[in-house]
Amino acid sequence: MSVDMRTYLAHVELANPITTAAGCAGSGRELAQFFDLNRLGAVITRSITLTPRSGRPTPRIAETPSGLLNAVGLQGPGIDAFLDRELPWLAERGVTTIVSIAGGSVSEYGTLARRLASAAGVTAVEVNLSCPNVEDRGRIFARDPAAAAEVIAAVRASSRYDVPVIAKLAPDVADVVAVARACVDGGADALSMINTPLGMAIDVDAMRPALAAGTGGLSGPAIRPLAVRCLWQVHAALPGVPIIGMGGVMTGRDALELILAGACVVAVGTAIFNDPYACLRILRELEDLLHKRGFERLADAVGLAHRPPGSGPRGRIDLEESSL
Amino acid sequence: MLTTRRVDAYHALTVVAPGIAERFRPGHFITVAVGGPASSTLARRAFSVHDVKPDYGGTVEFVFTVRGPGTAWLAERKARDTLDMVGPLGRPFPLPRDPVHCVLVGAEYGSAPLFGLADLLQRRGCRVDFVLGAASADRVFGALRARRMGETTTLTTEDGSLGVRGRVTDVLPSVIADTRADVVYACGPLSTLRGVAAVAIEFDIPIQVAVEQTMVCGFGVCGSCVLPVIGEDGVTRMVRACVDGPVFRGERVRFEDIGTIPFDALGAPGAPGGRAHEPGGQTGNRHVS
Ligand SMILES: Cc1cc2nc3c(=O)[nH]c(=O)nc-3n(C[C@H](O)[C@H](O)[C@H](O)COP(=O)(O)OP(=O)(O)OC[C@H]3O[C@@H](n4cnc5c(N)ncnc54)[C@H](O)[C@@H]3O)c2cc1C
Ligand SMILES: Cc1cc2nc3c(=O)[nH]c(=O)nc-3n(C[C@H](O)[C@H](O)[C@H](O)COP(=O)(O)O)c2cc1C
Ligand code: FES
Repeated sequence: MSVDMRTYLAHVELANPITTAAGCAGSGRELAQFFDLNRLGAVITRSITLTPRSGRPTPRIAETPSGLLNAVGLQGPGIDAFLDRELPWLAERGVTTIVSIAGGSVSEYGTLARRLASAAGVTAVEVNLSCPNVEDRGRIFARDPAAAAEVIAAVRASSRYDVPVIAKLAPDVADVVAVARACVDGGADALSMINTPLGMAIDVDAMRPALAAGTGGLSGPAIRPLAVRCLWQVHAALPGVPIIGMGGVMTGRDALELILAGACVVAVGTAIFNDPYACLRILRELEDLLHKRGFERLADAVGLAHRPPGSGPRGRIDLEESSL
Repeated sequence: MLTTRRVDAYHALTVVAPGIAERFRPGHFITVAVGGPASSTLARRAFSVHDVKPDYGGTVEFVFTVRGPGTAWLAERKARDTLDMVGPLGRPFPLPRDPVHCVLVGAEYGSAPLFGLADLLQRRGCRVDFVLGAASADRVFGALRARRMGETTTLTTEDGSLGVRGRVTDVLPSVIADTRADVVYACGPLSTLRGVAAVAIEFDIPIQVAVEQTMVCGFGVCGSCVLPVIGEDGVTRMVRACVDGPVFRGERVRFEDIGTIPFDALGAPGAPGGRAHEPGGQTGNRHVS
């Protein structure tokens, strides 16, 4: 007997909960050499910007313990080339596609959403909020509940009514629940977490920062506890909001951890770099684990770790912000 | 995995990998995951394919030097261990249509991919001459094989322990002149390739370089391996060494700008086409992640 792996992002049904994480699957073609992308719940594209971007100078990625630091800098072709070449390629193959967008101002996000609204093959829009707001001295949208909500409202207003808008949150903020709530109030149909927290490494031999950009986003298993904590807090506060969980998922067991914390979809990023088949392997392992634990439906495992000790109805466990 | 052996300063691993061997062309590379299944080192390590043989359905050999934790782990592998290997990756060396004269330049382990290439060129009736160099004699890889295959072989070492004292770029002009070379192929560190490309450009002959740029995935999805390369249309783009290379036309690679985003590259901050269409048009070129 197999497990029913279907899951929902708002009203949109995905065949299974495993997707690629934004910026970790190229244009889709690179991964398609290894397997049929239709076997994934969805593909989340890299963050698309209004104009082409060359990204940051090299070195852009440094290896850290159980993680990677990256300052790729959203290198990409821009929305015109994306709509011209990349999205049609995915659409022709029937790949369920969630398009990630990134902007430097509220109106830029709105423009991107409007361009996507008239394109075929967009299942949902994920809004990368880990970008500096050029209109607010480079303050990161995701760190400011009001600015994040404003972006989400602009994207929601410019998107088709049947296309869910997903707010992607950063973990290195004072109060992730406050940002999550602001985004939902701003019109987000779903949330996605976590983007990479900012980190830094120094090459001790060269005695210089390991990345040309100095700082970079940390990803991989090193940040999984951070992801689990964010998922836990946000799911506890907003139990009805679907969440795409991500951060250091290397195995089916890791995916299950995020699901138990509250994710109904799990995105895989860094693991793909290490193993091009990671998404399929993780999906298989997850299904096995659920089956072995007697689950008939994936949906029954979502947020299950929140139930109080013993069985009985699900309760809520409040966590202090402090770890002291 | 089949065998491991030492070759002077290098380690060589031969792996049974029929799927890779079958599709291999000279210039392709492979990547390996290092540290075992629960490894804390997530970046794959890239290596040129040195040799492919039909034994056991198809074997692949690569040669490496211990640099850091990944290659140290590889050096400890034993025969019959398994290895997580992906390939063949990248674009192979393009081959001339006519039986021309080719000089193959390899610095350090950069000579590893050149022997398969030499074999293919010779089967097409090309003349092949080798220039191999390294810091010291034990780091010149494949000198014997080059002597067997090449019309001539010129060796250089920086300490003078083998061949001519100096670098490959010191002897290359005379080798090109003597052999009346039509084309140069080169593989080695970026600093060497830059010098080799400059010599070939001086002689106005085509130069194909196989570059080594820090890789993480090796198949085009992570964005770590980019370098500025001038396209057919004259526009510089930050292209990925792993899928658009590792072999490039030497004169197209902006060696002196590696490690930067040239201001005229497509999508560079402030470049034409790099500016937002917004009224008042400031770009957010400081995006995080
Ligand atoms: C196309 C290609 C072909 C290569 N062929 C060979 C070969 O035939 N023989 C050989 O000995 N080496 C080769 N290299 C270099 C080899 O990949 C590095 O020596 C190796 O990754 C170092 O790993 P490490 O953990 O031992 O060292 P560390 O320096 O600790 O590595 C840390 C990180 O930096 C990366 N890295 C460090 N140096 C390089 C480098 N020069 N190139 C790419 N990534 C690097 C590693 O992948 C890892 O992510 C090649 C590289 C490329 C890109
Ligand atoms: C190289 C790289 C590029 C990324 N690019 C993007 C991006 O364009 N947009 C985005 O929202 N997140 C981006 N991310 C963040 C990932 O989508 C993901 O949130 C994060 O890496 C955590 O998941 P992981 O540990 O499975 O990689 C990127 C991550 C990496 C490592
Ligand atoms: S190594 Fe990942 S894109 Fe080239």
